[in-house]
Amino acid sequence: MRQPILEVEGLKKYYPIQGGIFGKTVGEVKAVDDVSFYVREGEILGIVGESGCGKSTMGKAILRLIEPTEGEIKFEGQDITELPSEDMRKLRRDMQIIFQDPYASLNPRHTVEKIISEPLLVHGMKSKAERKKRVRELLEVVGLSAYHASRYPHQFSGGQRQRIGIARALANNPKLIICDEPVSALDVSVQSQILNLMGDLRDEFNLTYIFIAHDLSVVKHISDRVGVMYLGRMVELADKDDLYEDPKHPYTQALLSAVPEPDPDIKKERIILEGDVPSPANPPAGCAFHTRCPFAMDICSKVRPELEPAGDGRFVACHLYHGEQ
Amino acid sequence: MSEVILELKKLSTHFFTDQGEIPAVDQVSFRVHRGEVVGVVGESGSGKSVTSLSVLKLIPDPPGKIVSGSILYKGEDLAQATEKRMKNIRGNEISMIFQEPMTSLDPVFTIGNQMREAIRIHQKVSKKAANERAIEMLKLVGIPRAEDIINEYPHQLSGGMRQRVMIAMAMSSDPSLLIADEPTTALDVTIQAQILDLMKKINQEEQTSILLITHDLGVVADICDRVVVMYAGQVVEQGTTREILKDPQHPYTQGLIRSLPKLRGKEEKLYTIPGTVLRPKKDHVGCRFAPRCEFAFERCFKENPELYDLGEGRESRCFLHAEREGKRLEDATTNT
Repeated sequence: MRQPILEVEGLKKYYPIQGGIFGKTVGEVKAVDDVSFYVREGEILGIVGESGCGKSTMGKAILRLIEPTEGEIKFEGQDITELPSEDMRKLRRDMQIIFQDPYASLNPRHTVEKIISEPLLVHGMKSKAERKKRVRELLEVVGLSAYHASRYPHQFSGGQRQRIGIARALANNPKLIICDEPVSALDVSVQSQILNLMGDLRDEFNLTYIFIAHDLSVVKHISDRVGVMYLGRMVELADKDDLYEDPKHPYTQALLSAVPEPDPDIKKERIILEGDVPSPANPPAGCAFHTRCPFAMDICSKVRPELEPAGDGRFVACHLYHGEQ
Repeated sequence: MSEVILELKKLSTHFFTDQGEIPAVDQVSFRVHRGEVVGVVGESGSGKSVTSLSVLKLIPDPPGKIVSGSILYKGEDLAQATEKRMKNIRGNEISMIFQEPMTSLDPVFTIGNQMREAIRIHQKVSKKAANERAIEMLKLVGIPRAEDIINEYPHQLSGGMRQRVMIAMAMSSDPSLLIADEPTTALDVTIQAQILDLMKKINQEEQTSILLITHDLGVVADICDRVVVMYAGQVVEQGTTREILKDPQHPYTQGLIRSLPKLRGKEEKLYTIPGTVLRPKKDHVGCRFAPRCEFAFERCFKENPELYDLGEGRESRCFLHAEREGKRLEDATTNT
């Protein structure tokens, strides 16, 4: 088994809610609440969850683009939570991010050349000729052509822009890339192109991804292991085949049953969850899911279940399984 | 087959822009029967939304214009109808819901205020009766505490609740046809499941026909009876949901289905359709999908394929069918 490249322990990100005339803190939004996991080198860890579950905040907090409130993040064995910002900046050479919206994440006034060569310059590639060569190389790698370098973002389609975003992330040969909904803004036929490209790049450069998305089919396709988040907490984490074939947590079960599949022969017992996701500013006591859970017991509203092993390297945060052990 | 509620006949909507005339909807024909759910699927730029807006004549003019064809609603041609008549049709006979419920609701008025207004425009009832009707509709779409919600503002509701309010408003005057333009795209899967269930219920209980615009083939499989597949402004294939998903005939439909990541089973590599959707041009020669099609041959780049009738309402716009038909004819002649 390969070494973990990233270990996250008890990661929390709370946002204060200010109120009153003096702007006193009157509460907290617990966007990410005590999340722990690890990612092995060369692995793709998928993170799924609905909007507001904290998956994107978590991705950004790992890179410290948002400062986490609490918790420990270890990258290649080194604790990076307390790293001074200058050292952190240097380290980001190894940790990159790809964003959802390729329209918003590329500067419209810069050419592709400038967009991709900027991270090279920042990380010390001083020679202009060298940078130029590298940009051409990267464009080829992501399936664009060298002549695209002199164009501006608006001259590209959505899929091509996402390729540019990927090229920029790859510029400094990173080890870990956090992909925050990289294909959700794309059409189906283009989405499959980008997913294949990302798979190929992983194999070619031995990359590690944390792949954050809300589309369960997409996450299944690309990931090795998958974590499911609900209201800022990880509720289940398992190998993808285990998770999709035999989901343990009631939320995972409901989520999977709710996905409409493009096959008229599949008749699913759909678990319709009542109501909406509660506000993370005022999450229910005990298990955050107990208000919507069809199997809720007395204990669920009182004691918060921890994410504990449930055999075969899978983890579940649910009282249904913890009683058995 | 039951009564035809809506029939589009060779409808063309063009946009007149600085870059020239763009045939966003080009000779689109299909039917919606009473009580039927018809899905229009396609990727961005396929013309599916423009088609739905054209039905209610909501295309901003300029730059858009319905240039030819007819929109037959219960036999009446809406393409020729006056604006006054259209105002009567909209919301009364044909209602529409959109993707983003927040932008369709006015943030400064309460839910009740907006619903009562909609009801009183279309029905001659008192304020009190309108209020009762609004509460009744909110209950019908499964909104808890309808009496309280009616006095709340849109921002106080979640996305799924807002979409329910939109559906309640759209259904308040018992329309014969509900046009839903990507109604669940902005919602999470668990909420999407609730809304799809609600739409199924309305379809079955009220016999309301639904024209559902979507890009999600999963949603189509879940709720639609028949499917119209659009590509670059044209209908490329239509048939029943089962036929389209299980036995697609057009290379585009085939590619689209194969490029979806599946929730079940294993696959190493996804199928991809190379390239991107081309922007429709006025004087385009050849099949619009030909540059991306793996079966394309010479004829595809020279002539525009017609929709081939494959029997029982099944249609596909591809020269491969002509080839096959030709072969079948040859077989028949050699046998006799």
